[in-house]
Amino acid sequence: MLLPAILALHAAVAALLPLLADRFGARIFLLAGLPPAAAAVWALANASGILSGAPVTAGIAWAPALKIGLDFRVDGLSLAMTLLVSGVGAIIFGYCAAYFRADERGLGRLAAIMVLFAGSMLGVVTTDNLFALYVFWELTSITSFLLVGHEDHKEQARRAATQALVTTTGTGLLMLIGFIMLGTAAGDYSISGLVADPPEGGPWLTGALVLVLVGAFAKSAQVPLHFWLPAAMVAPTPVSAYLHAAAMVKGGVYLVARLAPGFAEAGVWQALVLSVGLATMIVGGWRALRQDDLKLLLAYGTVSQLGFLTLLGGAGTQVAATAMIGTLIAHGLFKSALFLSVGVIDHETGSRSISRLSGLGRRMPLLAAVATLAAASMAGLPPLIGFAAKEAALEAFVPGAAPSPPPVAAGAMLAGVALASVLTFAYSARFVWGAFAVKPTVAENRAGAPSPLFAAAPVVLAALSLVLGIAPALVDHLAQGYAHALPAGHKPYHLALWHGLTPTLLLTVLVVAAGVALFLKRRAVGRLQNAMPRWPDAEYGYHLFLHGVYTVALSVTRRSQSGSLPVYLGIILATILALPGVRLVAGLITGGIAVPGPEDGLRIWDSPLELLVATVIVVTSIATVREHRRFPSLILLNVVGFGTAGLFVLHGAPDLALTLVLVETLTTIILVFVLRRLPTTFSVRPDGWGKRLTVLLCTAAGSFIALALWLMTAARSGDPVSTGYADRAGEAGGTNLVNMILADFRALDTLGEVVVLVTAAVAVSSLVLLNRRDRVVDESSAEPAVPAPGNAGGTGEDPGPPGTGALALPVHTAGAEAVGGEPAERDPRRGPESDAADADAEAPEAPEAPEAPDESEGPAGGRRGDSEQGEDSDDER
Amino acid sequence: MNAPGLVLIFAVAVLYSTGFYLLLQRSLMRVVFGIVILGHAANLSLMLTDHAITLPPLLTGKDGPISDPLPQAMALTAIVITFGVTTFLLALAYRVWLGDDNDEVPADLEDRRIGRLSEPEDSS
Repeated sequence: MLLPAILALHAAVAALLPLLADRFGARIFLLAGLPPAAAAVWALANASGILSGAPVTAGIAWAPALKIGLDFRVDGLSLAMTLLVSGVGAIIFGYCAAYFRADERGLGRLAAIMVLFAGSMLGVVTTDNLFALYVFWELTSITSFLLVGHEDHKEQARRAATQALVTTTGTGLLMLIGFIMLGTAAGDYSISGLVADPPEGGPWLTGALVLVLVGAFAKSAQVPLHFWLPAAMVAPTPVSAYLHAAAMVKGGVYLVARLAPGFAEAGVWQALVLSVGLATMIVGGWRALRQDDLKLLLAYGTVSQLGFLTLLGGAGTQVAATAMIGTLIAHGLFKSALFLSVGVIDHETGSRSISRLSGLGRRMPLLAAVATLAAASMAGLPPLIGFAAKEAALEAFVPGAAPSPPPVAAGAMLAGVALASVLTFAYSARFVWGAFAVKPTVAENRAGAPSPLFAAAPVVLAALSLVLGIAPALVDHLAQGYAHALPAGHKPYHLALWHGLTPTLLLTVLVVAAGVALFLKRRAVGRLQNAMPRWPDAEYGYHLFLHGVYTVALSVTRRSQSGSLPVYLGIILATILALPGVRLVAGLITGGIAVPGPEDGLRIWDSPLELLVATVIVVTSIATVREHRRFPSLILLNVVGFGTAGLFVLHGAPDLALTLVLVETLTTIILVFVLRRLPTTFSVRPDGWGKRLTVLLCTAAGSFIALALWLMTAARSGDPVSTGYADRAGEAGGTNLVNMILADFRALDTLGEVVVLVTAAVAVSSLVLLNRRDRVVDESSAEPAVPAPGNAGGTGEDPGPPGTGALALPVHTAGAEAVGGEPAERDPRRGPESDAADADAEAPEAPEAPEAPDESEGPAGGRRGDSEQGEDSDDER
Repeated sequence: MNAPGLVLIFAVAVLYSTGFYLLLQRSLMRVVFGIVILGHAANLSLMLTDHAITLPPLLTGKDGPISDPLPQAMALTAIVITFGVTTFLLALAYRVWLGDDNDEVPADLEDRRIGRLSEPEDSS
């Protein structure tokens, strides 16, 4: 259970770091390096046990019913990845302490997110549950987004961060679907179980594998999803070294290698992994050759190496797996050493452009030696670990050496690997030349040697490349821990510097010769590259895709969001009819839903009185809809309410009837207060298809609900839960069961209800009283002066103070003109009737409204009433 | 179990239909009316779960089946809550009228603006 604790340590340290940043500056990275160092030490301590075939497991239950759990299982592959992620990580954290200045923006945040990333990545490579893997996987995407966008004041950084996030999480979602498909097919979401006992082949499995592979390819920057990786180089160099060389981009490769023992036999797997890996390897190498920025050169080199790793990880043979682990370790070491060297150069000279650097080899001899060593490992020269790994890789695809892939494919792979190796050699040489050589055309940089701590990290990493190269048995031990799970070749293969005079050694010599030629002819190569037609740019595709998404979103929004509330509500009603409604009708037609017959108590009514009351309700509610004058409409609404209360009485619910009558009365009083200030009629929609459609829709929806209620009630088979309430109410000494429920059995609910009412009361009073205070202010400002017409009309929002007699009259006229004239022009949507009301309002002296004789007609009249009558009513309250 | 009487079902259907219709109007006041009517419809729906005409749920010692008190308690709560909601909506409608000079629900301006766009605003 130590592993989950180490993961938790990552999170805890991350929480602590921002607090310490002000005090300790860049030294917090030394603290930040502790959790990865602990993980690396843990891995080394457990290495012998794990490699002898006993994986370390630990588990924390999360959602066992859904088979989601934080299960961990560290086997040979996980061990190699852990050493890479945490070991290299710890070294890079040490480097950060020297790289960043104390006044770097958001230093604490940067350190915290890097630790979180380290923890997430550790989770990715150690978890055994597909869902936990997905969670950790996305955590690395999110932390990577934050790290790439660290310099958030630069648009380029924000753009690159978004691009990386969209690419990796978008495809991550596809991967999740693939995981779920795999898990449902196998009935098991544990990775080890899935690989040990893969589900049956078929289109389902093919689909699942394609989705999972797409996610893995995007994470590991495989063609054509590789564009985000070079763009992500805007991140600080140590971040690039860690995320985009050693750790995160290996996530996809790890997943491919993790699943290969179970699925490498599947046809789609071979086709996809081998072709994509091959294409990535060559495209990356070719583009690395033309980069001027050292970091971009390394980034494209990384793309190439990732393709190489995918190819090896997905091939599914022992030799390829051995080569894959060897390359994994070698690449992690040499690429981060190179990145860190670029970081030093950038830090000391302020540039990392090949066309501006010259003579650094003399100024920084140690760094030059270290970087050359790392580049030699990248190029595959002995006696470095990169050489041993590349030998194994060539061996893996010697036709006929292993049962799969078939000889023709293996031959193509071998040619591809050899070609990529030539390119790799050439860009490795170009890197060393570009960074350290004396260029006659470029002025020499004046830079001092870096501090020992600063240089220490690349030195350690390059030294490890050399040590492991001289003693490849260490890596081989690790590699065999993973490779033994795969089908063996014709003879066992081990990572070593010397296998004798084999065809692969000859091939390596040819590769080196071609690479040297390619480097020496770099001008010709550059001309050739410039002469080549620009191939379709994947980044352009990304922008095209985004633009497409925006355009589709816009057109969907434009069509679906008219901005009209009635339309939205209508859509909801239509959905009710379309889904459960259609289901109900289908059930009735097929007989799946029982219709109650006479034996189930089918009847018209329970008493003739019910018919009478129901008729009243039906007639008045329909009349409420048809009535367009406010007050008659209100009275009809009232009758509906009292009718409902009547039905309650008939059905043995006197409490309900009483409450409803009380509430109806109160509602009516409040409505009268509000309505008398509003225009006397509602606006009317013109008759037409729209209105007919609305009527049809509402009738259908209402009928559906009533029909469903009828059928559901008839289908009820259980006894009411309240059966025993009568006895218990007796015990409690009550006689009214409804009261007992409200005040005793469910008292807390009733308290909630009271809270709702109080909240509504507070809200209503604040909404209403707010207006009153405004008016008081207006009055006080208007009172001293004789209210002139212009003054009153000018207040606009609230016409004129309540004056008396002769003084008030001109004020009201002016106010009525100003306010009453406007809405008719301003609001063309209103129907003809309300226009007529407005027209009436322009002659405010004509008293017309029978319902509210105190007020003149129309909105303007209503407004004036507000200032006159509102005062009284407020006082009454 | 008994199905409720058809007359009652018909009344509930009409109440739901008219309530929905009022809810779909532009005038806020009619929307409030719609909510009131839908409240009645919902409360009657609760009463449908009880069958036939029965005595009130009072322990007065009278013989005969009493009606189920639980839906009644729910409906009672619902009536009171509907009242609170109605009042609140009315206050809102009143404020809208104070500001806009009418109580109509206008179309959402942002949605209308999007409707007029022919090109996405930001496709970087």
